[in-house]
Amino acid sequence: MLTILFDGVAYGMLLFVLAVGLCITLGLMNFINLAHGAFAMAGGYLTVVMMNRMGISFYWCLPAAFIFSAVIGVVLERVLYRRLYDKTHLDQVLFSIGLIFMAMATVDYAMGASPQIVNLPPSLSGRVEILGAQVGIYRLFVIVICGLLTIGLQFVIAKTRFGSRLRASVDDGRVARGLGVNVTGIFALTFAVGSGLAGLGGALGAPILSMDPSFPLKYMIFFLIVISIGGTTTITGPFFASILLGVADVGGKYFVPAIGGFIIYTIMVAVLIFRPQGLFTRGAKR
Amino acid sequence: MIPDSPNKPAGWLLGRTRWRWYELAFWAAAASSFFIFPSKLMLISEIFILGLLAVSIDLTLGFAGLVTLGQGAFFGTGAYAAGLMAKYGAGAAPFSDPLLGLLVAGIVAGALGFVTSFLVLRGSDLTRLMVTLGVALIVEEIVTQAKDITGGSDGLQGVMSSPVLGVWSFDLYGRTAFWYALIVTFVCFWFCRRLVNSSFGLSLLAIKGNPLRARTIGMPVNTRLVAIYTIAATISGISGGLLTQTTQFASPDMVAFHRSADALLILVFGGSGFLYGGLIGAVVFRVMQDFIGNITPQYWLFWVGLVLVLLVLFVRGGIIGMLMALRERFSRKGEGS
Repeated sequence: MLTILFDGVAYGMLLFVLAVGLCITLGLMNFINLAHGAFAMAGGYLTVVMMNRMGISFYWCLPAAFIFSAVIGVVLERVLYRRLYDKTHLDQVLFSIGLIFMAMATVDYAMGASPQIVNLPPSLSGRVEILGAQVGIYRLFVIVICGLLTIGLQFVIAKTRFGSRLRASVDDGRVARGLGVNVTGIFALTFAVGSGLAGLGGALGAPILSMDPSFPLKYMIFFLIVISIGGTTTITGPFFASILLGVADVGGKYFVPAIGGFIIYTIMVAVLIFRPQGLFTRGAKR
Repeated sequence: MIPDSPNKPAGWLLGRTRWRWYELAFWAAAASSFFIFPSKLMLISEIFILGLLAVSIDLTLGFAGLVTLGQGAFFGTGAYAAGLMAKYGAGAAPFSDPLLGLLVAGIVAGALGFVTSFLVLRGSDLTRLMVTLGVALIVEEIVTQAKDITGGSDGLQGVMSSPVLGVWSFDLYGRTAFWYALIVTFVCFWFCRRLVNSSFGLSLLAIKGNPLRARTIGMPVNTRLVAIYTIAATISGISGGLLTQTTQFASPDMVAFHRSADALLILVFGGSGFLYGGLIGAVVFRVMQDFIGNITPQYWLFWVGLVLVLLVLFVRGGIIGMLMALRERFSRKGEGS
């Protein structure tokens, strides 16, 4: 019982790291980037290549995945994405679906269609007992890393000058620009960090989520659910949404396997019916 | 009785509904493909069906401005409804009748569309995308889970429709399937064409242009959107039913995300907001798929993605949009010289 809760929280934390970049960029530029999962896939596959082909330690893969995805993110943002900010949502959706398809085919071409397996270092495999429950060490590791990241992000956003500029730009980009905030620069940086976090999430997730070319599509819906429940104005909203989703998904699949897949979709539709603006938003309409 | 001046509203509306020569040429070309490509009849029937699906998306997207990522839900619902009718109705002859099957497919999909339309009315584009996608995913999950009825991920097998109108049975070469698909597509298309050229269709365009203003001049915006969403779902259901009947098979693949994405792509490819865009897009898309699929079947997705990205970045309005831009340029040149 506690084990499931624990697994769910770990899963939720992972989802949060994967999705938080999308939440912020969506809130900031009102840009629907469905291809966010492709950045996560980039990080995940980098980990696979580094560990299985080059034999580099897993711990080095995590920062490498972050940097790798962040660089891809900033290049794509400067070259392609910024042309689409003033286009319609439909164009943005089509564009990002196009990117997903290209990423999937590229990965398929380079790595093959079969799921990639990452072998954890011995220090991270195995289980320990906490409060009478058997808990995987890797799950614990994920929770700690993601927890630290969350605290760090919250600190940056709530306390630093950059954070206040970011929040101002999210609340009202035009006014922020008028007050001399470099919204474009902030956005490029945020996009890079968001993509990097997705990459890191992909790397962290590689041992537990299955890494195959359909990854961006499979997890796209999870990201969208996180956003729809958590809203895009804060990072605490998506955080709780992710945890809720993780626990509901893991618990649902464990207790009622037959309908496990429905639970998260049902939650999403229910939330959208009763609280179309999200469960954890401040109620500000955008 | 009928005012023929194009300046009067009624005359103007009638003028929009007149069949132009290129429309007739299009349908004549579609029918004559039976004689030109006798070995590709199944492919061509599939093009009609995909085109019809894209046209149904055009109703919501191109005319009413509702973004949707989940038309596959209705397509799949229709496909399974028709498939189940044909499979389990085989004992009692009237139930496996293909036209009855299509009717049921349309009604079931339309009912689903009606129920879910209320979700689509709420919120922004993003919420719409998610709700439609969520509905499609739920349908897909139901289809794969209900193994006893739908055959799960193996698909629904043994779909045998009785002969069309009791006369023409479905043959191996797809001759019956071709004419059946062509005629059903044409009838549905004709209906859509009437619909968008009616005052109802014009009110949809007004809603797409500015919902707030449409509401203030007294249009029942939500009712109209529910209506068009339901109609589009019905037509998607019919096209799904057509696919099941002509291929004699239904699988969860028909509900999958890439089905919705493909259909949307086809529409954008052809040009949304013209009805013909969906059909033309379907032709180009399937021919391209056949062509590239012969060279690199596995990496077809890459080229689809590339085309999508380029389309969004550089081409407005798809193929039809391009043609219209060309025409405008030529006519302007003519004035200049």
